[in-house]
Amino acid sequence: MAKEVTLMINGQEITVPAGTTVLEAARQADIYIPTLCYDPELSLWGGCRLCIVEVRGWKNLPASCITPVRQGMVVETESPAVRHARRTLIELLLANHPEDCLACERTGACALQDLAYRYGIRQSSFTGKRRNHTIESGNPFIVRDMNKCILCGLCVRVCSEIVGRSAIDFANRGFFSKVAAPMDLPLERSECVFCGNCISVCPVGALTGKPMWGQGRRWEIKKVQTVCPYCGTGCSFNLNVKDDRVIGVTSNPDAPVNGRWLCIKGRFGFGFIHHRERIQMPLIRDPFLFSKVNWDQAIGLAARKLKEIKAKHGPDSIGVLASARCTNEENYLLNKFARAVIGTNNIDHCARL
Amino acid sequence: MESLMDKCCSQCRHTPATPCRDYIVCRREGPFCHDDEVCKQKRREFLTRIMARPESGQQKVVVCGGLNCSSGGAFGLIDLFRAEVTRQKLGDKVQVVLSGCRGFCEQGPSVIIEPDRTFYRWVTAEDVPEIVALHLKENQVVERLLYQDPETGLLCRSCDDIPFYRRQMKVVLEHCGFINPEDIAEYVAVGGYRALTQALTGMSPEEVLAEIKKSGLRGRGGAGFPTGKKWESARRVPSNKRYVICNADEGDPGAFMDRAVLEGNPHSVLEGMLLCAYVIGSDEGYIYVRAEYPLAVRRLRIAIEQAERYGLLGENILNSGLNFRIHINEGAGAFVCGESTALMASIEGNRGVPRIKVPRSTEKGLFGKPTVLNNVETFANVPKIILKGGAWFATIGTERSKGTKIFALTGKVRNTGLVEVPMGITLRELIFDIGGGIKGGKRFKAVQIGGPSGGSLPEDMLDLQIDYESLTGAGAMMGSGSMVVMDEDNCMVNMARFFLNFTERESCGKCTPCREGTTRMLEILEKITTGKGSLSDIPLLEYLGGVVKTTSFCGLGTSAPNPVLTTLSYFRNEYLKHIQDKRCPAGECIALRQFMIIAEKCTGCGACRYVCPAHAVSGEKKKVHRIDPDACIRCGRCFEICKYQAVKRR
Ligand SMILES: Cc1cc2nc3c(=O)[nH]c(=O)nc-3n(C[C@H](O)[C@H](O)[C@H](O)COP(=O)(O)O)c2cc1C
Ligand code: SF4
Ligand code: SF4
Ligand code: SF4
Repeated sequence: MAKEVTLMINGQEITVPAGTTVLEAARQADIYIPTLCYDPELSLWGGCRLCIVEVRGWKNLPASCITPVRQGMVVETESPAVRHARRTLIELLLANHPEDCLACERTGACALQDLAYRYGIRQSSFTGKRRNHTIESGNPFIVRDMNKCILCGLCVRVCSEIVGRSAIDFANRGFFSKVAAPMDLPLERSECVFCGNCISVCPVGALTGKPMWGQGRRWEIKKVQTVCPYCGTGCSFNLNVKDDRVIGVTSNPDAPVNGRWLCIKGRFGFGFIHHRERIQMPLIRDPFLFSKVNWDQAIGLAARKLKEIKAKHGPDSIGVLASARCTNEENYLLNKFARAVIGTNNIDHCARL
Repeated sequence: MESLMDKCCSQCRHTPATPCRDYIVCRREGPFCHDDEVCKQKRREFLTRIMARPESGQQKVVVCGGLNCSSGGAFGLIDLFRAEVTRQKLGDKVQVVLSGCRGFCEQGPSVIIEPDRTFYRWVTAEDVPEIVALHLKENQVVERLLYQDPETGLLCRSCDDIPFYRRQMKVVLEHCGFINPEDIAEYVAVGGYRALTQALTGMSPEEVLAEIKKSGLRGRGGAGFPTGKKWESARRVPSNKRYVICNADEGDPGAFMDRAVLEGNPHSVLEGMLLCAYVIGSDEGYIYVRAEYPLAVRRLRIAIEQAERYGLLGENILNSGLNFRIHINEGAGAFVCGESTALMASIEGNRGVPRIKVPRSTEKGLFGKPTVLNNVETFANVPKIILKGGAWFATIGTERSKGTKIFALTGKVRNTGLVEVPMGITLRELIFDIGGGIKGGKRFKAVQIGGPSGGSLPEDMLDLQIDYESLTGAGAMMGSGSMVVMDEDNCMVNMARFFLNFTERESCGKCTPCREGTTRMLEILEKITTGKGSLSDIPLLEYLGGVVKTTSFCGLGTSAPNPVLTTLSYFRNEYLKHIQDKRCPAGECIALRQFMIIAEKCTGCGACRYVCPAHAVSGEKKKVHRIDPDACIRCGRCFEICKYQAVKRR
């Protein structure tokens, strides 16, 4: 059994297994500590320093996300020193961040904005030079505005630890640090597969999905959880709906199969939903023209034809190809249909390449 | 036998594949396994040549090949000496060798003649024939090349008479500048690899560790962590693999202690690493050395190659069962790569950025294995401790800081160079007694200790003892040991700006306070030094500095504000002058200087008009000249050239 450690956070006694970090311990006790670079599903980084706390007897303010608990530790998460330093850190980030909240895609869902609000920062005490990167939007999926990047490294870690592509990493150093693909090439000329998982972890407006640009404010959007129509994995995510139109897809952290992680099709392949050429009811071709029919008519016709073929040429003259866009259950039924109803073993699946 | 290291005859069986435990001791006192007067005699000849013992009639010209002396032409001197020695037919009596830095850079290029340790300074090509003809041939000292003690006026014949050397205590640097670092035989002749032999043949790893702990040795890389404790914790962690790393990244501007040790006595570092490997049970080590030190890299390669050739690195070293190999890893010169975890990341081929320190690298370090990482000077101390005992070492220094420390003394001090002193000596003794005080009779103003991570201490702190705790307590830091002395002509605000400019550029960018905060601090300092500062900048600097110091991820950020914070507390007045009077009292901040010609003193010679690159000076010959303040670029050439002190600076 893991050893237990008892510590004090904001005067509250908390007992957690040894090896837990101060941040985790606080969060377990519903004590708020802000973070920008921490993600429980990714490796620890400890770079943003927002999660600093005061520990009695310690000279510096340690980052709670990388500080393991110790027996008898006395921690304050909002002491004057912590608040003062935290405010300064937010101000430092703001001093090197475009004042673009009015038109920023992330307004309303931006961690930096939320922190400024929480700590009452209207303006940074610091002025001076700023980064001046060109906004990268040459691909159809991801807009990268590295001027807004707070260098939390979440995108770098997600791409290497979850996606396994390592398409991006930090380049340059110090003030000129930047997340970039090798040789600072645009994403479309890198190893990037445009899964957009980096967008899902970016706390600010540095990475945004291009299809959603200008389509609506966060608070106007209704989120509807659904299962991805593309393959049998069964990922789920949130359709972002405004005025009864799907304007985009965002991750749903509670998705049971996939969590926040999606592939390019799930995240960006929703354009068919409102496409004018989308087939919305069954069509029967007779002999050259398509005519719209209802489902009973369509299914009736298919059943009749299948019966005829089976009667004339035997069941094995029929083959069934199942689709990756069906759910497992649907594919199971199709299997039953082929073997039990038609009476053939000629069934295969498009995913078996 | 072509070298002391070779077999004396076919009876000697030592090779790297068939190692003999007595190999090292046998070089000086052997042969042990057979009794042969001829073999003994051969060794004695090599030893007398190397050591240039007085009774042997052998002499040795040791030309300093440190950075300063070699940029003054020392490499050329070597060839000249060799040619001259041959020409004057002294070839069998005189050896000419190149050594590493011997510290008294101010007086370089310097040459030492053994056995009497005569020290010749500022030697040029023209002096070579005279030294050979008079000193080497006739045993007459060339007096005009001797060092003269500025206090007493006496000529110092031997280097041991020179106050600069006399007041030092050389433990690590004992042989630097006296032996040829490219020949392992010279190191062995002066007792090298004896500590290793002693440990491997007569001591258990626990006993070696106990000596290190008893010595009280603390890391010389900056933080002063107890070395024995570090080794012990790496040893305790169960693992099938452990690493030893030597940190030779030395990135502080103005520091060249580690370089001097690597260039002057690389084998002492290898021996220290071997002893560490024996204690912790490691079979692989790395030396991370900056690529900007090509000579150090070259000498290390030679040293490793020679140690391998004679079975002091490799498998079953001295038949003890110890296996150890050392790789050299050249760093690309990022200051942050001297930080231990960034250094390990860099060796692994990753971006050199500090990593999370839990668990410690003694548990999970390089490639996830227990690792001991120590500084060059730390390792170089180890053989001495094993030879002379931990108790001996612990007699040097103070209660909590034991042994000696090497400092690189630069700036406005008269004797710039490398000094090794016992811990506990005061700043005053170091700067005035050894360093010879301030150049040109100027007034001492401050000393910046510990490089860009350190702080500036003012005159009234000159009696502070040099040890880890006292320096940290004063807001400075031992750091790696660079010491920049400043006089009345140095502007402390500008000095703080200079060091912060360095750390700002060297920040790796990982964490917010250091990445963004140092930039903002630097911008504020730039405002102040260009006369655009306001009074509110002072508290802003102070509180921002405090946040950067307390919240940064690694030591670079937590120490970067030190030069600013110490100057703000010890030299606040200078900041105020810059802000309120728009004036730089020391006249160093270019934007705040003003030059004008005092009409009463001007003779109209026109020298200033001639040198001014901006054509800002006008006036007819023999008539009073005038500087156009709008055209003036404040370079100060007129001020320097005027013979009549007619140009005033304010
Ligand atoms: C920014 C930074 C730069 C450093 N540079 C060096 C260096 O150049 N050489 C060095 O030995 N230690 C350097 N250190 C200290 C090392 O991290 C480490 O503490 C030291 O090498 C440990 O060896 P020691 O115990 O022998 O001192 C640096 C530390 C920091 C934070
Ligand atoms: S879209 Fe996916 S592959 Fe491309 S950078 Fe982001 S996480 Fe990596
Ligand atoms: S792009 Fe976003 S996720 Fe990536 S480092 Fe910048 S702020 Fe963090
Ligand atoms: S303090 Fe932070 S940004 Fe600065 S060098 Fe260390 S890790 Fe990098």
